[in-house]
Amino acid sequence: MATKGIILENLSKTFDPKGPPALSDINAIIKPGKITGIAGPDGAGKTTLLRLMTGLLLPTQGKVIVNGFDTTKNPEAIHNSLGYMPQKFGLYEDLTVMENLTLYAELRGISKHDEKPIFDHFLQFTNLIKFKNRLAGKLSGGMKQKLGLACALLKEPEILILDEPSVGVDPISRQELWSMVKEMISHGTTVVWSTSYLDEAALCDEVLVLDESKLIYNGIPQDLTKQVKGRVFETSHYSGEKRKVLQNVLQDTRVIDGLIKGDGIRLVTKKGATLTDLKSKLKLQPATPIFEDGFIDLLGGIKERKSVLAELLEQLPVSKTDPIKAEKLTKKFGDFTAARDVSFIIKQGEIFGFLGPNGAGKSTTFKMLCGLLTPTMGRAIVLGYDLQHFPSLVRSRIGYMAQKFSLYGNLSVLQNLNFFSGIYGLQGKVKKEAIEEMIEIFGLTPYLSESAETLPLGYKQRLALACAVMHRPDILFLDEPTSGVDPLTRREFWLHLNGLVQKGMTIMVTTHFMDEAEYCDRICLIYAGNLIALGTPDELKRSISGKGPMPTLETTFIKLIEEYQNSEANNELSA
Amino acid sequence: MNLALRGLSLRRVWGLIKKESYQIVRDPSSLIIAFVLPAMLLFLFGTAVSLDITNLKVGIVLEETNPDVNLFVESFTNSPYFDVTISRDRHKIEKMVLEGELRGMVVVPGQFDRDLNKATPDAKIQVITDGSETNTASFLQNYVTGAWSNWLNQREAQDGMVFNPPIEIVDRIWYNEDANSHFYLLPGSIAIIMTLIGTLLTSLVIAREWERGTMEALMATPVSIGEIICGKIIPYFTLGMCSMILCVIITVIGFGVPLRGSVWLLMLVSALYLGTALSMGLLISTVAHNQFVASQISLYVAYLPSFLLSGFIFEISSMPIILRGITYFIPARYFVNNLQTLFLTGDVFKLIFMNCLWVGLFGIVLMYLVVKRVRKRLD
Repeated sequence: MATKGIILENLSKTFDPKGPPALSDINAIIKPGKITGIAGPDGAGKTTLLRLMTGLLLPTQGKVIVNGFDTTKNPEAIHNSLGYMPQKFGLYEDLTVMENLTLYAELRGISKHDEKPIFDHFLQFTNLIKFKNRLAGKLSGGMKQKLGLACALLKEPEILILDEPSVGVDPISRQELWSMVKEMISHGTTVVWSTSYLDEAALCDEVLVLDESKLIYNGIPQDLTKQVKGRVFETSHYSGEKRKVLQNVLQDTRVIDGLIKGDGIRLVTKKGATLTDLKSKLKLQPATPIFEDGFIDLLGGIKERKSVLAELLEQLPVSKTDPIKAEKLTKKFGDFTAARDVSFIIKQGEIFGFLGPNGAGKSTTFKMLCGLLTPTMGRAIVLGYDLQHFPSLVRSRIGYMAQKFSLYGNLSVLQNLNFFSGIYGLQGKVKKEAIEEMIEIFGLTPYLSESAETLPLGYKQRLALACAVMHRPDILFLDEPTSGVDPLTRREFWLHLNGLVQKGMTIMVTTHFMDEAEYCDRICLIYAGNLIALGTPDELKRSISGKGPMPTLETTFIKLIEEYQNSEANNELSA
Repeated sequence: MNLALRGLSLRRVWGLIKKESYQIVRDPSSLIIAFVLPAMLLFLFGTAVSLDITNLKVGIVLEETNPDVNLFVESFTNSPYFDVTISRDRHKIEKMVLEGELRGMVVVPGQFDRDLNKATPDAKIQVITDGSETNTASFLQNYVTGAWSNWLNQREAQDGMVFNPPIEIVDRIWYNEDANSHFYLLPGSIAIIMTLIGTLLTSLVIAREWERGTMEALMATPVSIGEIICGKIIPYFTLGMCSMILCVIITVIGFGVPLRGSVWLLMLVSALYLGTALSMGLLISTVAHNQFVASQISLYVAYLPSFLLSGFIFEISSMPIILRGITYFIPARYFVNNLQTLFLTGDVFKLIFMNCLWVGLFGIVLMYLVVKRVRKRLD
């Protein structure tokens, strides 16, 4: 009897013999019947590791044994009992839901006779029964994901490998997916689930944490969390402005991590540090540690403690007009309303968060405000000008950073800087100085001639930020700026943002990370094209809890959407 | 790699064929490549592109007028091949040639009449042609020579000196009696279309599967490489043959090109070439995992060589020796030859068989490389 589960033995993988390895010397045993999380930032080697487990890549050194079969010698045997969902779900977008299911059933050798009950079961379970004749490409992100998972689960695999199934997906869809995997797997199925969300990794039975191609943690997530026990604190009774207070406390090397959480501040401190003065000054209260705290501790705490960028920028003058005014913004695509009567005002120096499930109309509203889309109705007033009438005037005063950094991968760092300074209208001496300044602030000198694509993730993010702020905009628009980025790099990013708003810059940001939403001064929740909630993170939390204990922002988010759905259903009934 | 080809599961292959067919039917771009593009190409080659010469602009300089000469000039003005500008001023015509308004000029010099009526006539005319277009230049030169000797003969006949030429040349062009270039362009363009479908379309759709991550999902199922290959070849082979039939119909009915060979042989010859083109497409897709690279490689490795070096437009026998050598390695060369033979001549079995032998040989070599190279792996 072959041993079940997956054994990784001295596993290394190198793609380019001259370059760094994608994975080096990984040793681990993935236990059968458990859900094992593979956590780590983009580029850490998660996907490579999963592909090695499927036998689609062969190790450069060492070996992978899956259910007793060596991936090099016997990949066919592994494929017979494998369910694998690659990134982008592996669905044929021009095939319908049913056709996708049928294809994978045929490929996996499910007999014609057995097909029907299996399909019925999955369609019921995924709630896709109504959509079974819809093209997969026309499904929402959450539905695609469920269909992809169904295709991988059709033949009750012994091994289920999921490559970032929840990337870029809202908390509700993530929760549904998680419960689907939990319910669908029979006992004894080995599940490998890669994720860049640490809260998701914390839910797994075991977790392997990868960083820069090395395995840095292998074990039960709770064990890592336990390491920081007694070192995590929260306070909401400090004096002064929260961002300023955080900035000051981060200068203290006893603090290895600090975050803004709604109105409060959350700190993780160094092991064995005496904190009496800090505790009394900030009125610190002990807090429950989470997996991410343990993770940051494992990596040795934050690296950057102040934003050089913000220090070098001069204070923006105080403006009389509010920088962003959305007045009943509505956008229709054909007969589909992507955004309906969205109104809000953003004040100068505010970080305004935009939250909502995928496809809710978040990006549409966002794009109307930075002049990339024209509203069907309503007005977008930015810096006092109606965007529809003065688009170019406004555009030179805003900075925009799109998803995945929107850098030109084939251009070098310097070429990217040159290009972006050009499109924002910088010229001559000003342009030269701005570029030099950015290079100095972000430490880009050693990378100037390297192409943006091959930059380490942290530098990519710095470069993207540099390109967006080099022309000193009044407003910074950030569209999911940190998805797929590791926690340390994200913290560095928010350090800059905290500094920038203190200089009077206004920031509008979309995100799926709840801890980032906590950083915002105010957040609004968009659902089905409507703005359904607006307020500070703590206001929103309290709005659903009343006087009870403060819920997490994620729970708040899910609850608010459920409430909205219920009231809509009631309206429909009464109408 | 025999292992990969053993034990094909019909159910899996059928599943893949169905999937591919749905995709072809729903994806406008493959239908465009298979049906609209061929129709457009044939239309272009049938109407816009012509290698025949008509209305060639030439100038004639008459430095003196003379009834004798008029007959000679008429042979130009009455010809459908020429659009003639006549002038007495040599400089005016010269200028027009220099400015590219005229392709060439014929000069009848001032002392023409005198020289002609000498005891031993040595009258001369001068032909100047634009050498930047060699075909046109040599055509003009040949025509003038012909018209000139014709004129001389007629003159002698008029003079009562009955001219009995010892040899009479009667031109007759075989296979394409009107020397109509459409007749050999259109059959040849079928080869180009088959290359497009077999190589470009096939490598593009596979690259798309890589881009969208479906290939990765596919490879992690129990499907074998042989099944994946069959699942691609069968639908695109069918599509290619349908497109071929459309082309033949347009060529024969739409443009009146004769089909003198037998239809079954045409099908057989085309099927063989399509198989080779598909193998080429599959081979390209083993290296090109994105659509841009796939289209670039197909363009340089298959499409352009088939276009330029197959003898479809440019005569192989008039190519420099090195290029001529290279054409032997272009499968389309043999197919174009077969097509032209089948349409214009008929079933010349020996010739067609030899051509097929070469096409088949290329197909086998390419397929061997495909089977050797394809692995159920990502690197």
